[in-house]
Amino acid sequence: MEMETRMKKRIRVEANTEPSESPFEVLSEEILFLILDLLDSNPLDKKSFSLVSRSFFAVEARHRRSLTPLRPELLPFVLSRYNSISHLNLTLCPYLSDASLSSIASLLGPSLRSINLSGSRSYSHRGIESLANKCFNLEEIDVSNGVELTDEAAAAIGRMSKVERVRMGRCKKVTDLGIGCIAVCCPNLKLLCLKGCVGVTDLGVALIAVKCRKLRSLDVSFTMITKKCLPAIAQLPNLEELCMTGCLGINDKALVTLKQGFKSLQALDMSNCQNISQASVSSILQKNPSLHHLNLSYCSPVNSMLSGLHGVFKLNSIKLDGCHVSTDGLKSLANSCISLKELNLSKCSGVTDEGISVIVAKHKDLVKLDATCCRYITDLSLAAITSSCASLVSLSMESCTKVTCEGFRLIGRHCPKLEELNLTDTDLDDEGLTSLSQCQNLTSLKIGICLKITDEGLIQIGRSCPHLQELDLYRSIGITDKGVSEIARGCSNLETICMSYCTSISDESLKCLSNCARLNTLEIRGCSLVSSVGISAIAARCCNLSKLDIKKCYEINDAAMLSFARFSHNLRQINLSYCSVTDVGVSALASISCLQVVTMLHLSGMSADGLAAALLMWGSLMKVKLHVSFKPFISPVLINRVESRGCMFQWLNKPFQVQLESSEVWKQQSHDIFVE
Amino acid sequence: MCMKQIIGEPGIDLSSDSKMDLKLTRNSESFHKPNSSNHNLNSFNQASQYFPNLSPTNFLSRAENLQQNLKTKSTNSFEPNLNSGMATQNPPLDWDPHAMLSNLSFLEQKIHEVQSLVQSIIDQQAEFSSRPSELATRQQLATADLTCIIIQLISTAGSLLPSIKNTLLSNNPALRQLVNPDFNNNLKCEGLIRNFPETARNSEYEDLLRNLDNEADWMKEPNPPPQSDIVDANPIDEHDLKESDDGDAEREHLPPGSYIVLQLEKEEILAPHTHFCVICGKGFKRDANLRMHMRGHGDEYKTPAALAKPSKEPGSDAHPVTRYSCPFVGCKRNKEHKKFQPLKTILCVKNHYKRSHCDKSYTCSRCHAKKFSVIADLKTHEKHCGRDKWQCSCGTTFSRKDKLFGHVALFQGHTPALPMDEVKASGSGQGNDDMTEDLGGYNGNFASEECLTSMDVKGIDESRAYFSPMNFDGFGALDEFGRGGFDLEDNPFAFIPSGFGQRSGDS
Repeated sequence: MEMETRMKKRIRVEANTEPSESPFEVLSEEILFLILDLLDSNPLDKKSFSLVSRSFFAVEARHRRSLTPLRPELLPFVLSRYNSISHLNLTLCPYLSDASLSSIASLLGPSLRSINLSGSRSYSHRGIESLANKCFNLEEIDVSNGVELTDEAAAAIGRMSKVERVRMGRCKKVTDLGIGCIAVCCPNLKLLCLKGCVGVTDLGVALIAVKCRKLRSLDVSFTMITKKCLPAIAQLPNLEELCMTGCLGINDKALVTLKQGFKSLQALDMSNCQNISQASVSSILQKNPSLHHLNLSYCSPVNSMLSGLHGVFKLNSIKLDGCHVSTDGLKSLANSCISLKELNLSKCSGVTDEGISVIVAKHKDLVKLDATCCRYITDLSLAAITSSCASLVSLSMESCTKVTCEGFRLIGRHCPKLEELNLTDTDLDDEGLTSLSQCQNLTSLKIGICLKITDEGLIQIGRSCPHLQELDLYRSIGITDKGVSEIARGCSNLETICMSYCTSISDESLKCLSNCARLNTLEIRGCSLVSSVGISAIAARCCNLSKLDIKKCYEINDAAMLSFARFSHNLRQINLSYCSVTDVGVSALASISCLQVVTMLHLSGMSADGLAAALLMWGSLMKVKLHVSFKPFISPVLINRVESRGCMFQWLNKPFQVQLESSEVWKQQSHDIFVE
Repeated sequence: MCMKQIIGEPGIDLSSDSKMDLKLTRNSESFHKPNSSNHNLNSFNQASQYFPNLSPTNFLSRAENLQQNLKTKSTNSFEPNLNSGMATQNPPLDWDPHAMLSNLSFLEQKIHEVQSLVQSIIDQQAEFSSRPSELATRQQLATADLTCIIIQLISTAGSLLPSIKNTLLSNNPALRQLVNPDFNNNLKCEGLIRNFPETARNSEYEDLLRNLDNEADWMKEPNPPPQSDIVDANPIDEHDLKESDDGDAEREHLPPGSYIVLQLEKEEILAPHTHFCVICGKGFKRDANLRMHMRGHGDEYKTPAALAKPSKEPGSDAHPVTRYSCPFVGCKRNKEHKKFQPLKTILCVKNHYKRSHCDKSYTCSRCHAKKFSVIADLKTHEKHCGRDKWQCSCGTTFSRKDKLFGHVALFQGHTPALPMDEVKASGSGQGNDDMTEDLGGYNGNFASEECLTSMDVKGIDESRAYFSPMNFDGFGALDEFGRGGFDLEDNPFAFIPSGFGQRSGDS
C-alpha cells in the first residue's frame, strides 16, 4: 500500500514538474512495469493509470497478465488490446459461444496459460478444441459446471499436452473414456478435479493414477468410485492432496484392506463419506503418519470417530464437523497427535468441557478452534482454552448458549492474537464486548443475535479494533446509529457489514459507513428507517460495493437506484425486494454493466412492461428472482432471448409479508426448533 | 483289462475310464506277434477283427448280394492269399507292427497290379475299340481291384483305432461269427473281385463304392472335418471344453514321478470319435451314446446290464494319478520339455493340441478376423462378437470397458477412442487432422505383437490365410459329430432301424 501511494505521488510529482511536454515519456517501460506491479490491490488504480497517457495505456495493456472480462461481446476488442494475457477468467461471462472461444484462442494464442470457464455455459467441445489447437502453452483449464460437456471435450483437453491443472467439476456427461484421454495425453497433470463427475468410475480414476504420475492434487468428490481405484491412487508418488468428499462407495473395508498408505499425502478430505467409521480413521492415520490435514466432517453422526487411536500422528488439522465425538475420542486424539493447530468440532454431538480441556491442555499451539453449536460447553471450556492457547487466532462459539459473560471476559483477557471471533447467538453483553475489545487484531467479529449488546459495547470495539474487516450485527437489535458510526470511524478497513433487522439503524449509520471506502458487502435487510439518502451516500463513496441487500427497506426508492447506476460500477448482486422501486429504478439498475444477480420480489412500482424493458437491456444478468405473478406477462420470446444470453430465471411464489417479526420472538422460535 | 496290455505296466489298471481306453490303445507297445505264414491274409483278418466296425454286416451282406447277383467272371491274384488265410484260426488281439508292415506291402503290391491293369487297358485301347465287352470286363476288374485296395486300406487304418470291440467280441458269439475268418473268407472280396457281371454298373455297387470312399477319406483325413454343431449336439461338451482349460494343471504342482505320463498321438487327439459301434462302425464321442445306439442292434443290447455304465473294476480307485503329455516335441506340455507341465485330462490334451498346434480354421462369421481351432471357442466368441463397443485408438476393440482400460494402461500413448457417432459429430472440428496424426503415432508404438496377442485382443488379423465364412459353412455341412453329418441316406451302414440313427447323433 505504502509503496503504491508513494509511486502515485511520484507520478504526480513528475507530472507537475514537466507540464509542458509529455512528462511521462521520461519513464521507461521497465519503471512503468514496476509501478504497475504494485497496483494490484485495486482494479480501479490500473484503470486510472492507463488513462494517464497513450504510452501508459499501451504499457498497461502490455503489463496486464490476467483479465476477468464482464461481457463476452467485448472480448475481441478487449483481447486485441490486452494481447499478452496469460490468465483469462471468464466466470462472469455466462454466455460464451464456441465462436468466442475460437476468437480468444486465435487472439491470445500461445500466450494464454490459464483459462477459467467455470461460470460459462453454451460452449461445447469445439470451443475447447480450438483452444487446444491454438493455445498450446495452456497449463490450466477450468471447465467446471459444464454439465453439457461430453467426452469429446475431455478428449480436447487431453490434446493440451502441457496442461497441468484441470478442473472439471460437475461435468456429468464426461465418462471414463474422456478421462482416459486426459490421463494418457496429459502426463504433466498436477491437479485434477473431478468433483461430481458422476460418469467417472474406478476405471477412469485408476487410469489417471497410473498415467499421471506427477499428480499432486486429486479431487474425486461425489463420484461413484469404490475401493478398486484406491490401490492405484496409493501408488502415486507425489500426491499431496486427496479429496473424496461424499464418496459413498468408499467404506471401511476399502480403507482397512488398502495395503499401503498414500505415499506423500498431506491432506485428505473424506467429509460426507457416510460409510466409514472409526476403523477407517485409525487405519488411515496409521498408514499415513505424515498426514497433516484430515477432514472427516459429516461422516458419522452416531458413532464416535476417534476412539481407539494408536500411534503418533503429525496431524495439524482435523475437521470433525457434524460427527459424534466422545470425550474418550478427544482424549485419544489429544494423546496420539503431536501438535494440533486446527480443530473443527462444529455441530459435534458429545463434546464436553472435559473433552475440550484435554485437547487444549495437550495442544497449546492450537490456532483455530471451531466449537459451533457445542451446546454443552460452559465457561470451564473457555477457561481451559484461554489459559492454554495463547496463540489462538480463530475461535467460533456460535450458539454455545451455556457460556456466560465470564467466559467472554476470559477471551478478551487471554487471547490477544485473536483475529476471528464468532459469538453469534450467545449471551454476550456489553461487558463482554468491552472485554473483547482487548483483542486488537480482530478482523472478523460476528455478534449477531446477541440481543443484549448495545452501542456501549460496540463503541469500545470501534475504538480499539482498527483492523476489523467484517462485522456481523444480524438481529442485534440493541445497536443504533451511535454504535455503527463509531465502528465506521474506527474501522476504516471494513469490507463487510451486516446490520439486517437492526431496526434502529437509519440513514445516519450509512452516511458514516460511506467513509469505509473498501466496503463491498452491505446487508441492511429490514432496516425500515433507511432511505435513499443513506444508501445513495454509500453508492457515491463506496465504489467497491458489490453485494447489497436492501430487502424490506421500504423507504428506498428510484433515487437510490439512479445513484447505483451512476456510481456503483462494481455492483454484482442486489436484493431489493419490497423496496419502493419503480420501472425507472429497475431500468437504471439494468444499466449497471456487471450487475448479475438480482432479486426483485414484491416491488410495488414495477410493471410487467418495465420489467420486460429492463430485461431486454440487461446484458450482464445471470440470475434473476422474480415473483411468479409476472411470468404470464413476460413474452416467452423475451424469456428465451434472455436465457440464451446465459441468464437463469427463478420464479418464486412467496407471499407478500410486510410485517416484521420482532427479533426476540424470532430468537425464541429458532431455539424452540432446536429443542424439538 | 485291456489297459494293462496297452500300457504294459502290470498292476496298473486304468480301465475305469472307457474314453481313456480308446485313446490309449495306440500307445500300447507290448504285442504278441501272431504266428502267421501269410502276412497278407493274417493282416486282413486281423484288421477285420480290430476294426469290426469297418467290416460291418451291412457291408458284407451287400457284398453277398453282389455275389448272388453277379456272375463269376475271372480269376484274381488275390485268391491264393485268401485261401492261405484260413490257417489263422485265432488271430491275436493285439496290433502288430509286422502285420501292419505286411498289410502295407500287400497294398503296395495291389496298387502295382491295378496300375499294370490300367496300363494294359491304355495299351490295348485300339483292340478294345473293336471288342467293347472286353474293355468293360477289364474296367470292372480294375474297379474291383481298387475296391479291394480300399477295403484293405480301411482295415489297415482300422487297426489303428481303439479296440473296445475286443471286449464285446469276447462276450458275443454272434460277433465272433461275424469276424470268423471262415465267414470272412466266404464273404470276402471273392465275390466282389471275381464275380463281376457284364452289367457291372450296378447302382448299388456304386453306392457301396462311394460309401467306402467316403469312409476311407474320413479315416485318412489327418484333420477331422470341423464340427460346427458339435456344441449343440453335446451341450455338456461345451461345458467341458470351457472348464478344462490348458492351464488347469499349472496350478497343481505334482512332483515329477508321482504320476503316470501318457502321450497320445496326434491322430488320436484329432480323431472325432472315440467310441465305435462294433456292428456298424458308427462313431460316438461318448460311451453312453454308443450304448444307446447299440440298442438298435438287437435285444441283447437292451438289457439293463448292457445299458449300464461300465462299472469301475475293484481296486481301480487306487490307480495312480495320470497326466498327459502333448505329442508336439518342444511344447512345454511335452514330456521331453525341461519345464514339463502335464495336462490334466484328455480333454485338456485335445484343447491344448488344437489351440496350440493346429491351424485356426474356424473363422468368426461376423468379424471375419478372429480365428479359432476349437469350435467351442468360436461359439463363445460369436456370442460376443460385434458387441465390442470399447475401442482403443490403435483400433483394437474390447467387449468390456475394464479390458480396454487395462490395455490403455499397459501401452504408452494408446487412448480410449470415443464412440464413432461422437467423433463424427465433431468432424468439423479443426483438430481432426492432428488427431489422426496422433493415432498414426500410436500405431507405431506397439511394444510387440506378442504382448498384444496375449491379451484379449480382437481385430488384429494374423497374416495366415483363413477360411472364409463360406468355407466355414461348408465345414458345418461336413460335420460328422452333428446331426447333419450322419444322415441315414448317406450312411453306408443303413440297416440300422430308422429313428435310432437319428437319435444316436443327438443323444
